Amino acid sequence: MPREGILVRTPYERITDEQVQQIHHASMEILKDPGLISFNKEAAEIFHGNGADVTKVSSGDNPCWLVRIPEKLVLSAVDSTNKTVKLGARNIENILVMKGDEPRVFFITGSETNTWLDVGFQTYVRKSEPATEIRVPEFHPRRGTVADLCKSAHVCEHLQTVDGYIRTVNIQDKDITEDNKDVNKFFASLNNTTKHVMSGLTSLKQLDNVVRMAELIVGGKEQLKENPIISFITCLVKSPLQFVEDTTDTFIEICRRGLPVVVSSSPQAGTSAPIKEAGIMAQINAEVLAGITLSQMVNKGTPVLYGSVPVRARMDTLGDSYGSVETSQYNIDCVQMARFYKIPNYSTSGVCDAKVPGQQSSIERLFSDLVVTLSGPQFLHCAYGLLDCNAIFCLLQAVLDDAHFQMIKFLLKPAPIGEKEIAETLKQIREVVATPDKMYIRYIRPVMRSGEISSPYPFEGDLTSDNVFAMAYERMNELLAKPVEHIDSATTSKIFQEIPGLLPRLNVYEERR
Amino acid sequence: MAEDILKLIQENVIQGRITKDDEGFEEGMSGQPGVTELIEMALAQNINAQDIINNGLTKGMEIVGEKFEAKQYFIPDMLASAQAVGAAMDILEPHLAGTAAKAKGKIIVATVKGDLHDIGKNIVSILLRGAGYTVKDLGNDIDTSTIVEAVREEKPQFLGLSALLISTMANMADVVQALKDAGLRDKVKIIIGGAPVSEEFAKSIGADGYGADGFGAVRVVESLFNADAT
Amino acid sequence: MSEDIIAALKENVIQGRKTIDDEGIDEALSGKPGVVELTRSALDNNIPLETIINQGLTAGMQVVGDKFDTKEYFIPDMLASAEAVGAAMEILKPLLEASNIETKGKFVIATVKGDIHDIGKNIVAILLRGAGYEVDDLGTDVPTEKIVEVVMESKPQFLGLSALLTTTMLVMGEVVEALKKSGIRDKVKVLIGGAAVSDEYAKEIGADAYCTDAFHAINVLDAFREARV
Repeated sequence: MPREGILVRTPYERITDEQVQQIHHASMEILKDPGLISFNKEAAEIFHGNGADVTKVSSGDNPCWLVRIPEKLVLSAVDSTNKTVKLGARNIENILVMKGDEPRVFFITGSETNTWLDVGFQTYVRKSEPATEIRVPEFHPRRGTVADLCKSAHVCEHLQTVDGYIRTVNIQDKDITEDNKDVNKFFASLNNTTKHVMSGLTSLKQLDNVVRMAELIVGGKEQLKENPIISFITCLVKSPLQFVEDTTDTFIEICRRGLPVVVSSSPQAGTSAPIKEAGIMAQINAEVLAGITLSQMVNKGTPVLYGSVPVRARMDTLGDSYGSVETSQYNIDCVQMARFYKIPNYSTSGVCDAKVPGQQSSIERLFSDLVVTLSGPQFLHCAYGLLDCNAIFCLLQAVLDDAHFQMIKFLLKPAPIGEKEIAETLKQIREVVATPDKMYIRYIRPVMRSGEISSPYPFEGDLTSDNVFAMAYERMNELLAKPVEHIDSATTSKIFQEIPGLLPRLNVYEERR
Repeated sequence: MAEDILKLIQENVIQGRITKDDEGFEEGMSGQPGVTELIEMALAQNINAQDIINNGLTKGMEIVGEKFEAKQYFIPDMLASAQAVGAAMDILEPHLAGTAAKAKGKIIVATVKGDLHDIGKNIVSILLRGAGYTVKDLGNDIDTSTIVEAVREEKPQFLGLSALLISTMANMADVVQALKDAGLRDKVKIIIGGAPVSEEFAKSIGADGYGADGFGAVRVVESLFNADAT
Repeated sequence: MSEDIIAALKENVIQGRKTIDDEGIDEALSGKPGVVELTRSALDNNIPLETIINQGLTAGMQVVGDKFDTKEYFIPDMLASAEAVGAAMEILKPLLEASNIETKGKFVIATVKGDIHDIGKNIVAILLRGAGYEVDDLGTDVPTEKIVEVVMESKPQFLGLSALLTTTMLVMGEVVEALKKSGIRDKVKVLIGGAAVSDEYAKEIGADAYCTDAFHAINVLDAFREARV
């Protein structure tokens, strides 16, 4: 039985149907004029071969082509996409089935951070009262390693609300190179979680090794098609309106292999996209549709997700402001656009500007997680544990995030109100009102332990002081101590024999010397 | 045979089953005799009422208390058990009169004048009955003079006052003063409870104790009872 | 008359009005001459180059810098002002070369090979031009050999390298090495910037400085220039 995610019966809609149409038509205008610049020759040729208007605009060092895509090509591509995308998993109970017209939300981790934030507790003594001790959490940043990636996958395996795993750490061990990074990051992820694994690809040369690894795990090519335990996210677009040479190459090759892929574009309103909503929406929609069109031209039926990562710039540094309210607005708009095309949508929430776990991170994360979930994206990259936009990953924060996702999922459970329930409750009301103490308390018991009542906040403590970090830290360690189901010994051997570049220390079956 | 029934009474107190129709903490018990049926059976077998109380009811409530401390049981569970004991005590009361056995004590409870809130008071009543006290609940919005009269007539060991509003909690002080004026203050221990009141407030009006919740109230009453007994 | 022109020039730098068509922060200025027109006007009135630059452009940018420090101005405001000054400098450039007045220095800037990110680099380029440096922007994904070639030929005082990815930041080290091999490492100050790098990394690869952003870069450059004097 695949995972259920949570169905949002009446998704929150920010823009009207008319506005959706206006954005669609504006995107079609953009794809005609100014069109897209492709720095990737093959993509330009593919578009040309399929009837788009393509002209070479520059030669020399960085040749590029101007591609104008007519609406009919876009609509035909949208039509040919598979409206249902299946994301497989080592444990078939963790399979995710995403339908473009069903606002069933799955919660996914991510993304590739440079900094791992360790948490420790220091005991301080009050100067004026040396007998009073307090424990204070302290945060220590350092470069992330493959061992950290393993830990992150391990904990996410046990976090109840996590439906799928996008790698959360940029592995920067001294023995990680451009040639072995992909195989190690995929292996570390696949070996420590039985949920779906998605990642970006650093080097196209490693694509076949990564795919082969996945085939070995599920038992072959056909099995991988049936149960795609890995998928990819590629940002082939550089906003505004350019196809990047090397990531487009990667994108094309992934499409050829028919594995699920997120067509991603990440414009920043104010710098690489207009600051106003109409502008960034028209542009991002054009960019994503161009990528989707390319995917279907390369390989019709490639499972794609309408992947949008819009964000607004902050005015003081022009860096990303993921915590800004507009960022949530754009994401919700994108969910609606994807639903218009009936393509499953990849949206983003939970990413914040705060750099450490605390008040700001709690507010920013909860706000966007809640509002974007309510809009009903299928694949919600809600970034458990992510801080400082996408620079920092903190495992403690991921544990904290799981708590509010439990609340959000509970919120969206369908209301248990119906004829049977009404009849039962009328009987109960009449009964209780007739008793002297008129209390309904007696009837709580059957419901108390059945899951029909929400659980209290798991890190509540004794209510006189805020002990959330300490309690979440204990929970994190509990989860780390719980075992995970590694890839079995025989398959691991095969993988280490066939796939070059894997670090021996990742093989859990090797005797430690 | 006697042991078996007493064990069953204990068990059904823990399960919170008043009658045979009740579900217990565990499922599938419906249909088996509940506490009230078992009390009748025990009396029919001439088992001593005090015996039934000590080895059936009280022992059962002790285990319920332990489960509550261990956070296995929550308030609704305790209430069900306490209600079962309360129903048992109603049956046993006539059998206790005339024996040396006495209830632990009598307590009058009331929500003060001007205040209609009573859920807390009702929970406290049930728990105190379950702990072996005789409880007379005067109700809500009770005049100070009515409370004083009840204390004069019933001669309880304890008086419990409840209020939820800042405006009405002042009436608690009135009750304390009125009892002093009537020469009854030293005859009864006064405990107060309710969201706006506190330990400090209890001290400031000259009450004997404050209960933060139902269990707090029971603990305070028990400790005052034990202090008196020694 | 000259004073009025210079005062208006300074004011329009502060307002970020490049031409007569630009809006400033103050709406009432719409339709009035911008920095470009006023610069030409100043030249027509034979106002000395130094006066135009120091009392008009630089003085204006200083006020802009102060407003940024007090958080009255944000980056988009600074960019508008810097672009206006950049446009003025374009007009003045040929005259400057003829008159031997020096710019603050030549700055070659590039995003290293393998990296296409350039927003940060572009902002730095605009602000440095606005601060009076001559900036040669080589673009993105620039091969190391090309960078070395440009440094050899145009002999800039400063070289700025930008990268956003942890994979491409390694290329910065390669550029420093290549400069050493070509014997020109000591002829140019190398500054690095970008989200992935840091002070430590600059030291690790033997760069001269790491800059968190454009404003930091301007301060670092001023410090280098003062040290040389």
